[in-house]
Amino acid sequence: MSVGILIPVLLVLAALGFVLGKRQALALSDSQKTKLHSLPGYYGQTVALFTAVPALFLLGAWLILQPMAIESRIGGMIPDSVIPEGGARSLVMSDVRRIAGGLDAVLALGGMGEDELVRIGENLSTVRSRLAEVGVALVGDVPPVVFEAARAYRQDVKTGNMAMSVVVLVLAVALGLWAYRRIQPDMRARNVTESFVKSLLIAASMVAVLTTLGIVGSLVFETISFFKIYPASEFFFSTVWNPQFRGGSELGILPLLWGTLYVSLIALLVAVPIGLMIAIYLAEYASKTVRSLAKPAIEMLAGIPTIVYGLFALITVGPFLRDWLAQPLGLGTSSSSVLTAGLVMGIMIIPFVSSLSDDIINAVPQALRDGSYGLGATQSETIKQVVLPAALPGIVGAVLLAASRAIGETMIVVLGAGAAAKLDLNPFEAMTTVTVKIVSQLTGDTEFASPETLVAFALGLTLFVFTLGLNVLALYIVRKYREQYE
Amino acid sequence: MNSISTMITTTTSTTKAATMSESKISARNVQVFYGEKHALRDVNIEIRPRSVTAFIGPSGCGKSTFLRCLNRMNDTIASCRVEGSIGIDGENIYDPKVDPVQLRAKVGMVFQKPNPFPKSIYENVAYGPRIHGLARKKSDLDDIVASALQKAGLWNEVKDRLQESGTGLSGGQQQRLCIARAVAVSPEIILMDEPCSALDPIATAKVEELIHELRSNYTIVIVTHSMQQAARVSQRTAMFHLGLLVEENDTDKMFTNPDDQRTQDYIMGRFG
Repeated sequence: MSVGILIPVLLVLAALGFVLGKRQALALSDSQKTKLHSLPGYYGQTVALFTAVPALFLLGAWLILQPMAIESRIGGMIPDSVIPEGGARSLVMSDVRRIAGGLDAVLALGGMGEDELVRIGENLSTVRSRLAEVGVALVGDVPPVVFEAARAYRQDVKTGNMAMSVVVLVLAVALGLWAYRRIQPDMRARNVTESFVKSLLIAASMVAVLTTLGIVGSLVFETISFFKIYPASEFFFSTVWNPQFRGGSELGILPLLWGTLYVSLIALLVAVPIGLMIAIYLAEYASKTVRSLAKPAIEMLAGIPTIVYGLFALITVGPFLRDWLAQPLGLGTSSSSVLTAGLVMGIMIIPFVSSLSDDIINAVPQALRDGSYGLGATQSETIKQVVLPAALPGIVGAVLLAASRAIGETMIVVLGAGAAAKLDLNPFEAMTTVTVKIVSQLTGDTEFASPETLVAFALGLTLFVFTLGLNVLALYIVRKYREQYE
Repeated sequence: MNSISTMITTTTSTTKAATMSESKISARNVQVFYGEKHALRDVNIEIRPRSVTAFIGPSGCGKSTFLRCLNRMNDTIASCRVEGSIGIDGENIYDPKVDPVQLRAKVGMVFQKPNPFPKSIYENVAYGPRIHGLARKKSDLDDIVASALQKAGLWNEVKDRLQESGTGLSGGQQQRLCIARAVAVSPEIILMDEPCSALDPIATAKVEELIHELRSNYTIVIVTHSMQQAARVSQRTAMFHLGLLVEENDTDKMFTNPDDQRTQDYIMGRFG
């Protein structure tokens, strides 16, 4: 039974459980002449929840764990001799998976049974062409071991799926029955449902927390192994970034950090004044119609993929700045520059500043504005001296959120600012940022244990700590602001 | 009439109002619309200087709307339209030549809910004088702030903590701070929109006492839901009902022997 069928079956079982549970509760209450503790629907809900939820969880866990288990078992079947020179076991494994998938298609196409596979296996030279017929292209002939592995893989997947369906359904029915048997008129079904739902919600929030922990964990782990082979003091304090893939690299973070901060600073210099003015206009001056049109239009800026911004920087803004500013001023001849990336990134984060600030300015109580107008203040005096100071902590929070967005941006920098790691003040020079270097260190054919690769994790962790700090600061400021009016 | 004449004789500084006419504010055929809704119909009223006039009436009767017409606060509501004329010292404030911002410096306002700015106590009071350029030197400003706080009866409570936030005061203190803030601009008229509705009885008593004292220097118009309050603080009372000015009379007469049956019913608690 496939997952596509299993889930509807579980849902039907749950619905059935709901109806039966409700009926049972009513029947018991009638026969025992007692009042139900909760509304009848809650008794049904307990049955439905116990039927569906644990079974669905098991299903999810199974779907994650089964491939891992099968993979490790089949992987063990493949001897080192079939692994090509310079290749990896994982490549062979992906072949196995593709062949297994191909065999399914071959069987389905020819309407053949399982025993047919044995025959195909005896004549391996035909396997490649038959697989090609169903759209699975292989590089060379299939070694017998790999074919056997593929067969075993299919077998395992089949049994695994079968076992999964059985176990999941049994669990659903068993827990459903248990919950059904538990129904008594004085059972606190409402409380049971409440706590069940509460634990579901907790589980959902745990997903986010655990993911964060997982990300941090993997970063920290790799960073530690980086610092084992590369001195931390060099990494944090060296001003040279010069990775050599033959070894002897200098991997100082300072030029990258400088590039990141410089680009982000320019981006903020663009985004904060413009964004803030947009927010003030939208919140204080714009009519309802203008606001309802302008706000989504501005927010659309945030929805443009960053690669598109990158292209804009590469082919429009960069050459324009070079031809009209950098060259006439004698400041540089490069079309990729910090200024290009900063300007384009600034445009990208305008909606972060404007939208959040607009909400915050709107949250300033009208009573404060009335108080100011009532004293004979003009609109701009009111905004400058009452509304903005009251909204300032929230606006700072918005700016910091925009800043952490800018610091994490990659695509615009690759295309707009270039890839040269430099410590320079000239905004028309090409520079690069931490994120860009993470990408370039991890792409390409490199072994995974060299400092040149592992440095990416140290860079990532530094960046993570940086933006995390900014976010914490932003949240702290925003929270402080909230306390003021409640 | 007796009370008016004594008031005029005690007038010392603003003789202008007294000489031009007996009334400080005179409204003629005022109509107010909120979009399609006709909120006020044909209001005519004369408000006397240096006295307290109370507006009473059931919720939604238009009394707050009319109050907000007196300093053109309704301008901040986009859908609101005002017709007719309201004269202050003989000048129609709805004349296109009139700058509502300057008008509001002359006609201060205190709101239903205390709304101090999230600034220090000092800055709250100094705000108005600053934007109107009333003080040249820091010491002048200090004097204005101190005297406004004294007039609002708040000086003794806050003189040692002028730099603390105005929002940290109690509700009653906040409201008196708002009164001090209005007084600091030296208005001639102070409008109060249910100034005590968010306060406890003790804070209310203090504010009422304050209104009593302010009466000798300012023309005060107060909207209130409390009949007792109207009776305690005001000399004249106007009764609004369904957008109409039903009756306007001396407070004593209003609460003992009103001319209009609707006023009688409202005061007796038969509706509203």
